[in-house]
Amino acid sequence: MKTPRLQFDPDGGLILAGAWTLRELTPHLGQIRRQLATVPIRSFWRLTKIERLDSFGAMLLWRGWRCNWPQNLEISEELRAIITAVAEKSGALLPRPVAFGLQGILIILGVILLSFFRQLVDFVTLFGRLWLDLFFLLSRPRQWPLKEISANFYKVGVQAMPVAALVGFLVGVVLSYLSAMQLRIFGAEALLVDILGLGIIRELGPVLLALLVAGRSGSAMTAQLGVMRVTEELDALAAMGISLSLRLLLPKVLALTLAMPLLVLWTSAVALLGGMVSAKIQLGMSYAFFFESLPQVVPVANLYIGLGKGAIFGLLIALVACHFGLRIRPNTESLAANTTASVVTAITLVILVNAVIAVAIRNIGMPL
Amino acid sequence: MNPKKVVALRGLISRFGDNLVLNGVDLDIMADDIVALVGGSGSGKTTLLRHIIGLHRPAAGEVFLFGEPLFAGNYLEQQVRRRRFGVLFQQGALFSAFNVRDNIAFPLRELKALEEEEIQALVAYKLAMVELEPEHALLMPAQLSGGMSRRVALARALALEPELLLLDEPTAGLDPDRSTSFVALVRRLHRQLGITVVLVTHDVSTLLALAGRVAVLADRRIVSAVSLEETMKLDHPFIQSFFQLFSKRG
Repeated sequence: MKTPRLQFDPDGGLILAGAWTLRELTPHLGQIRRQLATVPIRSFWRLTKIERLDSFGAMLLWRGWRCNWPQNLEISEELRAIITAVAEKSGALLPRPVAFGLQGILIILGVILLSFFRQLVDFVTLFGRLWLDLFFLLSRPRQWPLKEISANFYKVGVQAMPVAALVGFLVGVVLSYLSAMQLRIFGAEALLVDILGLGIIRELGPVLLALLVAGRSGSAMTAQLGVMRVTEELDALAAMGISLSLRLLLPKVLALTLAMPLLVLWTSAVALLGGMVSAKIQLGMSYAFFFESLPQVVPVANLYIGLGKGAIFGLLIALVACHFGLRIRPNTESLAANTTASVVTAITLVILVNAVIAVAIRNIGMPL
Repeated sequence: MNPKKVVALRGLISRFGDNLVLNGVDLDIMADDIVALVGGSGSGKTTLLRHIIGLHRPAAGEVFLFGEPLFAGNYLEQQVRRRRFGVLFQQGALFSAFNVRDNIAFPLRELKALEEEEIQALVAYKLAMVELEPEHALLMPAQLSGGMSRRVALARALALEPELLLLDEPTAGLDPDRSTSFVALVRRLHRQLGITVVLVTHDVSTLLALAGRVAVLADRRIVSAVSLEETMKLDHPFIQSFFQLFSKRG
């Protein structure tokens, strides 16, 4: 019988029998704990029938004895040695993490504030370093990381086209559909082209795309840098004397800054296409009319604004992604926290900057 | 099947795509044994270990652990079987989001039967067992040196009082001093706890210090599994070259 158990002798003693191991004890733990708690420690303990005792069993007994040897004990030397070892070592108090209190809240607030300023400094430093790299490259054309730029361009630009098109098209359809319903009440269906053209080219195209790219490419950049830190690839590059910023960061930032305007063009075009198709179906507006009136009602400045915003957003997303990517320490928690921070910060920044730009250029590109 | 056989492999075949890694491996590991698995780089030692743990499913053949087929039974039965062995992975594989204490406590907490105080006492004991100080309990894995994280990983592998301990390159990357003390630690634990130990190694000094039996993996199968002295006398090109290095040095 392997089952661990306590048996009461007729003469008032106790016999412990069976395998007192973690595995055998686990199913009977509640019962054994109860029994150990009720048995008076002065009883006569016979541990002669224990077949196996591991450190968990020894610890359970020792705690049952309230960390003292019982006076009446019959035990083999072997078992005594096991219990002695556990008794000596399991009592060591492990340091506890500091409890959370008022002081803790203050400390956390301070840490957040300080780390915000430190991050701001880091961010500006990163931006400055990339400018220095650009100046360095101006005089040394052979050092341009063209392959890296092209590879990044393909990843963040070309590969993002299908999903950008899908999102753009559907948003165009929905926007057109909703606007058309309202405009028909006033008999002002022709204004649909104004709304779609201005809304998509100036605002929706760049912002929508920026959110998409922040989630898609920003997170990928951050995670890539983080994993390269974990696998010591960043250290290997530095050890070869290869500039991290020149070969990893600058290509990412340049590629995204260059690719975003093109993606904006593509997304806005597909969104307008969606709006056009929807207008044709719902209002019977002909494609020819749409094409003809679009350049008349939407000043071309809006296109430049859209493209410019795309470039700015691309720059921001890539900078934020690189910034948080470099902050990742080699553990999973840090990887997760910084990737999240990268995406959230990029999206927030894009919306903030977009609002600032909208106010600053409110007089430019509006139809008369 | 004899219950004294802790691990039994029968005609194990393992392949990745078109690449045949193991072709008909037969191996028996008896209780209370220390078996070293040796073989050249890329000979499939770690793959074989991962088959024993059940991380790979064999293309053909069977793995028996404690007399039962490894994959037999439902989720809970498999879980019980898996709790009977502990694994020390090559890089330690400590959970990087947990500190040392929580790493060791994790398998104990997963039993969902122990009280927190008991868990703390056991963690303190395991830390002492692998010769670490209580102050180390709050360190994060990223703050540990190679030797220390190996010890913590060993403490975690021993947390559930396993009957079988599997070590993947336990001394790789440690300096000779630390490697010797780690080997001494494993020997002491083997003696005290009576655990069956299977280790993968290509470090000759670890092998000489630890192994009771040596299983040689060459040509995609186990070519011999006998005691160390007998292994050294065998006439096989891999064994010759493996130990030649040592005999020249020694």
